[in-house]
Amino acid sequence: MSKPHAIIVGAGFTGVATAHDLALRGFDVTVIERGDICNGTSGRTHGLLHCGGRYAVKDQESAIECIDENTLLRKIVPQAIEPNGGLFIALDDSDLAYGEAFIDGCEACHIPLEQLTPQQALRLEPNINPRLLTAFLIPDGTFDPLRLALSFAANAKKNGARFRTYTEAKGLIMDGTGRVTGVRILDRQSNKAEELRGDILVNATGAWAGEIAEMAGADVPVKPTPGVMVAYDQRFVQRAINRLNKPGDGDIVLPQRRMVVVGTTSFEIDDLDYVPVLDDHVDLMLERGAELIPAIRNARIRGKYMATRPLISSGSGRSAARTFKCYDHKETHNVEGFVTITGGKATTLRAMAEKTADVVCEKLGLNAPCQTKEVPLVSYRQYYALPN
Amino acid sequence: MSQNKWKITLKIHRQKEAEAPHFDEFALDVDPDEYVLDAVERVWAFMDRTVCFRHACHHSTCGACGMRVNGVEKLTCITYIRDVTQDGGTLKVEPLRNFPVISDLAVDMGSLYSRLDTVGARSVLPVTQAEAEKKPADWPAGDEQYIRLADCIECGLCISACPSAATSSDYLGPAVLAGAQANGLKRNPELLGLVDTEDGLWRCHSAFECTAVCPSFVDPARRIMDLRKQVFVERFSRVFRRS
Ligand SMILES: Cc1cc2nc3c(=O)[nH]c(=O)nc-3n(C[C@H](O)[C@H](O)[C@H](O)COP(=O)(O)OP(=O)(O)OC[C@H]3O[C@@H](n4cnc5c(N)ncnc54)[C@H](O)[C@@H]3O)c2cc1C
Ligand code: SF4
Repeated sequence: MSKPHAIIVGAGFTGVATAHDLALRGFDVTVIERGDICNGTSGRTHGLLHCGGRYAVKDQESAIECIDENTLLRKIVPQAIEPNGGLFIALDDSDLAYGEAFIDGCEACHIPLEQLTPQQALRLEPNINPRLLTAFLIPDGTFDPLRLALSFAANAKKNGARFRTYTEAKGLIMDGTGRVTGVRILDRQSNKAEELRGDILVNATGAWAGEIAEMAGADVPVKPTPGVMVAYDQRFVQRAINRLNKPGDGDIVLPQRRMVVVGTTSFEIDDLDYVPVLDDHVDLMLERGAELIPAIRNARIRGKYMATRPLISSGSGRSAARTFKCYDHKETHNVEGFVTITGGKATTLRAMAEKTADVVCEKLGLNAPCQTKEVPLVSYRQYYALPN
Repeated sequence: MSQNKWKITLKIHRQKEAEAPHFDEFALDVDPDEYVLDAVERVWAFMDRTVCFRHACHHSTCGACGMRVNGVEKLTCITYIRDVTQDGGTLKVEPLRNFPVISDLAVDMGSLYSRLDTVGARSVLPVTQAEAEKKPADWPAGDEQYIRLADCIECGLCISACPSAATSSDYLGPAVLAGAQANGLKRNPELLGLVDTEDGLWRCHSAFECTAVCPSFVDPARRIMDLRKQVFVERFSRVFRRS
């Protein structure tokens, strides 16, 4: 029997990780992406390899996913990760009060944590706010967004996956029985239209997932929710610095190369393809970031930018769950041959891919177990070096 | 950010398969404190969906959005419009040189990436080995346990700007030689055969264009000078070892 052909639309974290997983399970894989790798949300993500602390109080399902995946990614893709840990710091009474629930939450989600005195914390990170009241050391990390995605893509390519970048999905091909059998594409390098046939179509377009689902008359409850981030030109810390409180605006500062990046905000939009970086959000990042690291006020802005979260709309903004969901559209809209994977986070890319590949295998009646937990990824540079 | 908007003309290099390269002009209202990449992205979003360009992080960590802006290599995600044109002015945006053009502004960086792998250029390394000129006041002792991404963002600006790279597509190029230098020939003597060659170190004629355009403080020109010294030391020590 020839290999089943899976077409994946979208080469953000979710698409490349799914390509890697399916290629390992013996699929023939084609990825369609209208830009280059990380053209959408993934390229512009903040870059926190979550340990789950942020969600440990309110969204423990996400928190557990995070700590488990954080531990795995450190092993399989160290080339894209700074595994330097993180601090949650308390600056006022409300933060201190939250600390109680935080300790319980981390314990419930098996997130290791160590409480530090302000002096101990300042010894580790001399540039954090010296007025801190307490701190917790947790296993956060940071990652390089493009290189994280390239690592998965490189490994997929090594196992035979093809990447059709600069190629846009324009419509789905359906047979008379309500089954998706392929995709109509526009090769943007040549401006030529083509048709591509496959046994299964995976919609991994993140915040744009609704647009692709609609092409098959289906829909997914994804609520695009952008946020703004600001990079400053000095690396003041080695670890991720989080505000010890319920998730809010500008409460995480990450080291990246010679910079620190403050993020983020959360708002709603109409046009997904261009989201402006709002001035007042940029100002807010300085204000909130300087509460955690006062010296940010003396630094210069290196870049201001935004990205759009593909939140599953179970709540609104910050209260929406950060977990992911894989929809089999046979179940949701009686459309065969078509699944959507969206929601989630960069940190959970591998788990999202595993879940999706499980659904795909089950649909096609294949018994091929997931191998991505064990396989260390090849150099991210191989994505560009390997032939397509 | 400034309150007043500028009117500019964005002149974008267009090149589709089997089509002769040309420029398309787009009239845009911009905030001078926006970045060049924002303007290009808006053209794609609202004016012409066929424009191809490469971009990812939008804050100078990924190296995907290098282009030539009014003839000079720039990382467009951190290049303010106010620094490269004026109200009523023109912004000419072209793909990087010395790489094959995929389409419009997007180039194929395969040669750079595979050569960087060949010299084992590192991506993450201990903070103590990072030559940051702006170190945090006092990195605590025992920093070896912390690692960071090394500084070359693999953007290819140096290769586009290098007059020697224009003379041979086999030239390793500034970023790759800088990667070899950072690894050190003493620690990696096998690199000698790669860099001590006509298309390695000896094609560089010290034009210093690489250092002038590098957005990430790598200073490839200085590193190439240093690598030459390393080569002499390594050659001598080999002669020595033999005798
Ligand atoms: C502000 C912000 C900060 C965040 N910070 C973090 C963090 O610190 N840590 C963390 O773990 N997570 C973080 N996240 C979450 C994480 O970035 C996202 O969950 C993740 O990037 C989504 O990846 P994706 O592959 O599903 O979507 P995307 O990366 O958006 O990929 C979808 C792709 O589909 C392509 N596409 C769309 N339409 C078409 C079409 N018609 N044809 C072909 N291709 C198409 C797009 O070009 C895009 O590349 C953050 C998100 C935001 C918004
Ligand atoms: S050396 Fe500098 S200019 Fe050259 S690829 Fe690296 S970061 Fe870019």
